[in-house]
Amino acid sequence: MAAKKARVLIRPKEGILDPQGKAVERALPALGFEGVEHVRVGRMVELEAEDPARLPELCEKLLANPLIEDFEIESIDGA
Amino acid sequence: MLWGVLQFPGSCDERDTLHACKLSGDARLIWHEERDLGKVDAVVVPGGFSYGDYLRAGAIARFSPAMEAVAEFAADGGPVLGICNGFQVLCEANLLPGALLLNESMRFVCRQLDLIAAFSGPGPGKSCDRPLSIPVKHGEGRYWAPAEMLDAIEASGQVAFRYAPGQNPNGSARDIAGVRNEAGNVLGLMPHPEHAVDAMTGSTDGLRIFEGIEPLASSAPANG
Repeated sequence: MAAKKARVLIRPKEGILDPQGKAVERALPALGFEGVEHVRVGRMVELEAEDPARLPELCEKLLANPLIEDFEIESIDGA
Repeated sequence: MLWGVLQFPGSCDERDTLHACKLSGDARLIWHEERDLGKVDAVVVPGGFSYGDYLRAGAIARFSPAMEAVAEFAADGGPVLGICNGFQVLCEANLLPGALLLNESMRFVCRQLDLIAAFSGPGPGKSCDRPLSIPVKHGEGRYWAPAEMLDAIEASGQVAFRYAPGQNPNGSARDIAGVRNEAGNVLGLMPHPEHAVDAMTGSTDGLRIFEGIEPLASSAPANG
């Protein structure tokens, strides 16, 4: 069975302070980008899985920490 | 008293921890691939950057063979101390509640500060009856848990240490510097007691935390 490509988006949960996002947001006006707010920085993981049905479990156990992060799984091919 | 000190690729405080443990007993290093801890009385998960801190601090170390053995050791009542990265590993392994996030300041902090034991009874709470002068050095030490979890661990006496008023170095919720599990045999903290065991470096208060673990070892069913 061919492995299926997938993309996992991981972001800090709503309400959790994201210092990286704040730092990016504060840097923007100096570069001339006004009016950008609520910047949040997460992670993206691309992978190929033979059994995509197991991806949610994989995300909960390793790729994301469900206490502090939300994740979304997107199928890249065959979607 | 035989201490086991875990060593992952990327650990950097295991030597100081060995030294600190040897001041109150004997100690051996346990490589992360070892599935058998041997006849240790207590385990320390030391600081550093296990597996390069890839993905999240502690996330990958949690799945090492040695950590599987530590989880079983802890479930049997064996005392486990996690320091800095070791605290992050224990939280990722769900042996302790909560998570450690990037410091609020976004800066790595390295300073000596005062630590207050927030619990009494057996274990380090008893040996830490005054503020302890202990260093912190971390970039991801902001203790966080949902409000209801914070309320629950405060009510059950699981908050082990707080930063002294005004000295919270990282934005930790409710000044929490260390927590323990419900049974009280697993303890994690961001400050480094192993770096405060010799007057030459300014403080020997860290010894009190190691000394406080010893009674837990003798009362653990695993050794009974």
